Amino acid sequence: MDEKKLAIIATKGSLDWAYPPFILASTAAALGYETQIFFTFYGLQLLKKKLALEVTPLGNPGMPMPGGMDKWFPVLGMTLPGMQGMVTSMMKQKMKSKGVASIEELRELCIEAEVKLVACQMTVDLFDMERTAFIDGIEYAGAAAFFEFAGDSDICLYI
Amino acid sequence: MADFDQELDASGLNCPLPILRAKKTLSSMGAGQILHIIATDPGSVKDFEAFSKQTGNELLESKEEGGKFYFLIKKA
Repeated sequence: MDEKKLAIIATKGSLDWAYPPFILASTAAALGYETQIFFTFYGLQLLKKKLALEVTPLGNPGMPMPGGMDKWFPVLGMTLPGMQGMVTSMMKQKMKSKGVASIEELRELCIEAEVKLVACQMTVDLFDMERTAFIDGIEYAGAAAFFEFAGDSDICLYI
Repeated sequence: MADFDQELDASGLNCPLPILRAKKTLSSMGAGQILHIIATDPGSVKDFEAFSKQTGNELLESKEEGGKFYFLIKKA
């Protein structure tokens, strides 16, 4: 059986959107896929040594809020200082109580399973990011390198 | 219940952790050995079927009892 390939582009840097690339990549690797994630723009946040990912209901009306908070709490209230941090820690608590892995854990599982993590060099330069801020063992490349892998892939996802 | 060589308790863990833990445990086992998995994630029923089909590790048994899910997987 030929090894299947999964190519993912991760473009988002919030706590909620960090999940799909790492869940799918780690699972695919467990199923025997050769897997690569190309992190670009805000997706680069997912490669930082110190993850500081947050989640917000702002501009995100589909996000369920505990206790009907979204019903009695006006949207403007969510812009108050500290609200994003509070919502983020509530979300993290909820995930923990439901046995959902942390992003740190899923990322580690991806690395263990030899998922190749590639940082978009252009975005690293654009945002003046230092390579020392990123975890070790990742590669730095551009669009052409992505296509070298994605062109041969069986599944290609843009997240 | 059939005999098994190793047991993995994935109770309380949610997708995709039961699959990932099972994969990891299976890779430390020998061909033909049997892994018994306990899970509480209802999604794991379909997921272990799919895992088995895609990896060739045979799903010998899948059952629910008292809100828990039990699987027997034979390593290919």
